[in-house]
Amino acid sequence: MLDFNLIPLIPEIFMAIIAMGLLIVGVFNGNDSTRVVSWAAAAGLGIAALLLMGLDWQQTFVMSGMFTFDKFAGLLKLMILLGLIISIALSVRFIKQEGMERFEYPILILFAGLGMMIMVSANNFLTLYMGLELQSLSLYVLAAFYRNSRKSAEAGIKYFLLGALSSGLLLFGISLIYGFSGTLDYSMLGNALDGMESIPVGITFGMVFILAGLAFKISAAPFHMWTPDVYEGAPSSVTAFFAMVPKLAAIGLLMRLLFVPFDAATEQWIQIIYFLSLLSMIVGAFAALVQTDIKRLLAYGSIANIGYALIGLVAATPEGAGSVVLYMFIYMIATAGVFAILISMRRGGRAFTKIEDLAGLSKTAPAMAYAMLILMFSMAGIPPMAGFFGKLLVFNAAVDQGYYILATVGVVTSVVAAFYYLKIVKVMFFDEAADAFDGGIPLARRIILFVSVLFAVAFIFKPAVFVENSVNAASALFTE
Amino acid sequence: MDMLDFPLLNFVTFLPLAGALVIMLVIRGDGEIAARNSKLVALYTSLFTFAFSLFMFQNFDSSDAGFQFEVQSSWLKPFGINYHLGVDGISIFFILLATFLTPVCILSSWDAIKVRVKEFMIAFLVLETFMIGTFCALDAVLFYVFFEGVLIPMFLIIGVWGGPRRVYSSYKFFLFTLLGSVLMLVGLLVLYAMTGTTDIPLLMQADLPFDVQKWLWIAFFASFAVKMPMWPVHTWLPDAHVEAPTAGSVILAGVLLKMGGYGFLRFSIPMLPDATAYFTDFVYILSVIAIIYTSLIALVQDDMKKLIAYSSVAHMGFVTLGIFTITQQGVEGAIFQMLSHGIISGALFLCVGVVYDRLHTREISRYGGIVQNMPKYATVFMILMLGSVGLPGTSGFVGEFLVLLGAFQSNTLIAALAATGVILGAAYMLMLYRRVVFGPREHHDALSMPDLNSREMWLLIPLVAMVLWFGVFPNQVMNKISPSVERLIAEYNDKLNGQIHDAENIGQE
Repeated sequence: MLDFNLIPLIPEIFMAIIAMGLLIVGVFNGNDSTRVVSWAAAAGLGIAALLLMGLDWQQTFVMSGMFTFDKFAGLLKLMILLGLIISIALSVRFIKQEGMERFEYPILILFAGLGMMIMVSANNFLTLYMGLELQSLSLYVLAAFYRNSRKSAEAGIKYFLLGALSSGLLLFGISLIYGFSGTLDYSMLGNALDGMESIPVGITFGMVFILAGLAFKISAAPFHMWTPDVYEGAPSSVTAFFAMVPKLAAIGLLMRLLFVPFDAATEQWIQIIYFLSLLSMIVGAFAALVQTDIKRLLAYGSIANIGYALIGLVAATPEGAGSVVLYMFIYMIATAGVFAILISMRRGGRAFTKIEDLAGLSKTAPAMAYAMLILMFSMAGIPPMAGFFGKLLVFNAAVDQGYYILATVGVVTSVVAAFYYLKIVKVMFFDEAADAFDGGIPLARRIILFVSVLFAVAFIFKPAVFVENSVNAASALFTE
Repeated sequence: MDMLDFPLLNFVTFLPLAGALVIMLVIRGDGEIAARNSKLVALYTSLFTFAFSLFMFQNFDSSDAGFQFEVQSSWLKPFGINYHLGVDGISIFFILLATFLTPVCILSSWDAIKVRVKEFMIAFLVLETFMIGTFCALDAVLFYVFFEGVLIPMFLIIGVWGGPRRVYSSYKFFLFTLLGSVLMLVGLLVLYAMTGTTDIPLLMQADLPFDVQKWLWIAFFASFAVKMPMWPVHTWLPDAHVEAPTAGSVILAGVLLKMGGYGFLRFSIPMLPDATAYFTDFVYILSVIAIIYTSLIALVQDDMKKLIAYSSVAHMGFVTLGIFTITQQGVEGAIFQMLSHGIISGALFLCVGVVYDRLHTREISRYGGIVQNMPKYATVFMILMLGSVGLPGTSGFVGEFLVLLGAFQSNTLIAALAATGVILGAAYMLMLYRRVVFGPREHHDALSMPDLNSREMWLLIPLVAMVLWFGVFPNQVMNKISPSVERLIAEYNDKLNGQIHDAENIGQE
């Protein structure tokens, strides 16, 4: 059953070629070419997105079923590409200002992105692992990219060690699955499990290990320990990247895994996801209360947000899955805006990341302060901002399936979360002004901020477009 | 009467938002001129909004107990959640109250707000849109969006332009109300899961099992009770009132507190009748405690705003009492009491603002004997004070009297206890008035304060006139409220008696 149809892989192949081509350019021209390489990488990602849109979005399996492409993969890949472009655009000026302008930076982002694209299309545990590792290895290097900083190096090592551990768990789980079912293929595993009276213990064990490994990657509590340190230690532009894209890809991978091969084991995995979700919301909300560094705060915020996203998975319906996709998208766009502000917090050429550094921002830079205000309320899930609708839909999916406790814990922790988002608003608006930040925010950053704020505010007028698309895409996972 | 095709209600709701956008996008700079222009735009926008809402009121058909001026369009399509607005006899007066008090607030902050004038005006106009939207939303999710959206501008109004403890107060306000609201959100989602619709008129027809009703009732109660606020979750209110700028206090007491009562009338009673009947005694007890206990607290306050804030809690106790009697008099009285309290307490906060602008203190003992130098002020304050006490001839009397009438039919003991609140109310208001306006002439600065200027006069006179007008001719309001209330009570009783059981199929499209 050989088939050489590579058409659904065109965007990935294109990205790989671009990444390697730019690597050659970088090697020959040195670090002076970073700027050019960065924008070329961004342009390449844009072209990849166009190629992706040109594909036929019907469900296809290629490479003997190793790789699949459907509406779900298509939509997630578009979001990932958008996130990658934003990440590169945010960092061009930043890495220069921080004196770490090396051409590998955009190329690493490209390779990480390539890994993510493979992850969401994986239809076989080997493809899954390959995509995941390509992504993770690029991310470890990026976390330690600021070589002169001990914190950055520490972040890189920490991320690598814990990431390697989680990969180990994942591999162990995969080997159990293989041992007990004799296949690594999603579809075949799914069919095999469907045919069984009950799920064998070995498969359940394997699944638990795989989920534990993936929980590391999406930083769901109790596997979240690395997140605050890595977020804090990594260069801010890298943190922005971490906060936006890898989790989107990991959630996409997790969703396909849960709904396709492990569909028959829904009863089993729901308990795990339920617990991860509950704990993530609680840990994220309460631990963030005492943070003074914005990056750490956002790290705990992201843990809480994964908790909310997982609520939609627990529902295990197309609506729930669609709401997860939309939730992650809304969160990604808001995060982009927040980091556009965060990396612009510089005084006299030095970067600042403490909450108190934002003091009185509404007097020194009102536009920035109002943008941040809107993004904070959006992240806190206060209507009429976009973030509210993300939460509304996941809670709705949960309540629809009778998970009242989960939804109630969700809304209560969102009140706790509101407290720390309000803290940022309070510092900006109610406190006495600190010194003004350096001016000269690059155009790319301004555009990202503007679009992010516009999305947060204007989402309410046309929510149906986004909701329909994400539910429609997610329903591709439920075709069988 | 052929209604206009023009979506009047959309216009009334979003005109303030458009005004806010104009200020945001068109007016540049932070100078005197920009501030003045922002004030003018805000004032004219809010006046036009008021005019449009009056026009709507003129065309309101008081014989129709259903919803009028409805506008509906698709919104969150995959979930069948629509954008749906409409008014009935219950909501139209709250909309008028909001559109009437907003220009008053904007005028009252004309000189009082000195920093970030532009932002203040934007916040106020956005707030107005959310307030109007809350009262005319006919979709539960849309209602929630407006209901909770109010928190954002109000948080900023208290936090940016408030007094010394503004940070604490704004947090407390925000988090208290948010915690209540999110529980309601879960309730709404459960309601949606049970019935398949979020359309309020359809939900009113739904027939839910008693167990579900109980839980939903508690979820809604959490939200509305905090908003009202009812004892014992009222503690955010005195703090918020004391720290908020005058305009913020006016709108808070005048309109925001009414959202809770409106919520009870719109959600709890029609949608959850069995649970409402089940919890009636519970609400009675809380209401009576609110009336007596907070009145006693009001008696010992040194701060004028705090005193009025506690009196608000007591007055809201009458409102909840009236609503849950589910009698024609009780509910009408409660609605009337809310309107009357909106005007009177708003005006009282303006009165406090007048002397605060002059002396920069709200401590009662820093005043005394100002009737000599401020006779006009003393007169206006007296009428408002008597209105708050509930003297016959003022609007305060009608509401309290009807509520007590309704309560006597339902539970004599509760009514008798509530009636003591009227006496206590007279005690603290008269004491306030005596100590501020008469009292020993000790403080020279207080005695040299100038009387009301013309802006303040023009601000307060319409309010005073309305207090008297509603007191003498309550029927002007009642005949528009009555049909809707009648329908509400009739449907409530029908459902309670189990006569409607064919409503289970509602919303299964």
